[in-house]
Amino acid sequence: MDSTVTLTVDGTSHEVDVDTRTTLLDALRERLGVHTVKKGCDHGQCGSCTVLLDDRRHLTCLALAVAHDGATITTADGLGEGDDLHPVQQAFLNHDGYQCGYCTPGQVCSAVGMLEEVKQGHPSHVTDDLKADVDLDGDPDDSGMVDDEITERMSGNLCRCGAYRGIVDAIREAAGLEPRQDDARVEQEARP
Amino acid sequence: MKELTYVRATDAAEAVAAVAADPDARFLAAGTNLVDHLKLGVATPGTVVDVSRLPLAEVEPLDGGGVRIGTNVRNTDLAVHPLVRHGFPAVSRALLAGASGQIRNQATTGGNLLQRTRCVYFQDVTTPCNKREPGSGCSAIGGFGRYDAILGASEACVATHPSDLAVALAALEARVVVLGPDGERRVPMTELHRLPGHHPERDTTLAHGELVTHVELTGSDLALRSTYVKVRDRASYAFALVSVAAGLELDGDGEDAVVRDVRLAWGGVAHKPWRATAAEDVLRGRPLDAAAVREAVDAETRDATTTTENAYKPAMLRGATTAALAALAGRDLA
Repeated sequence: MDSTVTLTVDGTSHEVDVDTRTTLLDALRERLGVHTVKKGCDHGQCGSCTVLLDDRRHLTCLALAVAHDGATITTADGLGEGDDLHPVQQAFLNHDGYQCGYCTPGQVCSAVGMLEEVKQGHPSHVTDDLKADVDLDGDPDDSGMVDDEITERMSGNLCRCGAYRGIVDAIREAAGLEPRQDDARVEQEARP
Repeated sequence: MKELTYVRATDAAEAVAAVAADPDARFLAAGTNLVDHLKLGVATPGTVVDVSRLPLAEVEPLDGGGVRIGTNVRNTDLAVHPLVRHGFPAVSRALLAGASGQIRNQATTGGNLLQRTRCVYFQDVTTPCNKREPGSGCSAIGGFGRYDAILGASEACVATHPSDLAVALAALEARVVVLGPDGERRVPMTELHRLPGHHPERDTTLAHGELVTHVELTGSDLALRSTYVKVRDRASYAFALVSVAAGLELDGDGEDAVVRDVRLAWGGVAHKPWRATAAEDVLRGRPLDAAAVREAVDAETRDATTTTENAYKPAMLRGATTAALAALAGRDLA
């Protein structure tokens, strides 16, 4: 069974005929040629297919395209303004928040969505007080908590290269937080 | 994947009628579990009736501090809702301990409760599994058994129910509102899921075509002072080895405090969220200390069946239950 769906992807509206079994991920990659969205595990375990769907981070592999007719999707390609990178993208560059880069578009979309969730006051699994105001800053004397919050909130995005340290540093910068004492980039700049 | 007819429901009663009339039809919500099962060949419906756009996405206050949760409320929105964070912290904690940020943004309340076991054999169509294919046998018995049930299992099935939310709702005595062809009924959360017996292919007591439309929670002091503790193989984004939802009311303060009332439910140990009423009975009226909790957990797990691979679960339940009650009491339990 085929169905026509309208998807707005990175600001461009597309009308596309899809078999009802087509996932949003396959519709984006195979039908619309949007290759910013990566297929990793295809089973909702790795996060590499993450986009912002109607402004929230969302997997595209565990979603049927036909069920998302009318959706507005932002991939990593649509985050910046013209030639200017989104601050989260720039922070990933600044801190080497990747190695091979395959998971990076999903990581970046997830980080953008996650920072918005923090702004809206969403607690996480590691947040001590469910009733208090929420931020990533935690207790200034307990900078370890910031990294616990970031890693918990980003746990849906795997990086097989293991660039997690750079990813956490990048998110700290994008969130306007102080760098970690042993941030590789800070160490490098401090070297004579 | 076999041919699939897609129907977008615009009305709950029509959706129920469509699925009830067609044995080959299934409800589709967000699809985080069902779409995966379509790919794996675990689920092979001819038709899916998409209920995700039905206007059932509100968390409404009920008299006395209760809430009525629409089936399409996303896991994130339920977890962060002020009424839930304040009145039912075990529900928020259970949701925040489940899945990933992306999946919580997508997955619905009803879908979460009706997700299916993550037993590795159930998800692998090359192996026999009585739940997937009745009568084919159980590969988990004598196979990889680390995640197997220890309570209420049968010779046909040792799978566990994977939902965290369901465990919290079982402890807090939620009711599930179900719409069927003959109208609406309410099912206690503890009776929504069933033990496997001879029919592990049936996860729940719902008839084909019955749709979960709401979940209702009654406000109480037990719910106000409730929490959820989950033990996993890794720190985040994994299913429970065991989990504990607990609510506690104490008389008195400090080490002399006596348990006035308590609610306990366990995840990761059975084919359904396991309400630990025998453990509750041991604790009620007793000073809250480590020995009492141990005795309570041991009473509930007296008939547990373990193998060498899941023999860790009773001890892990003792630790997790102690941790949950200690957190609620605000002190270490000596």
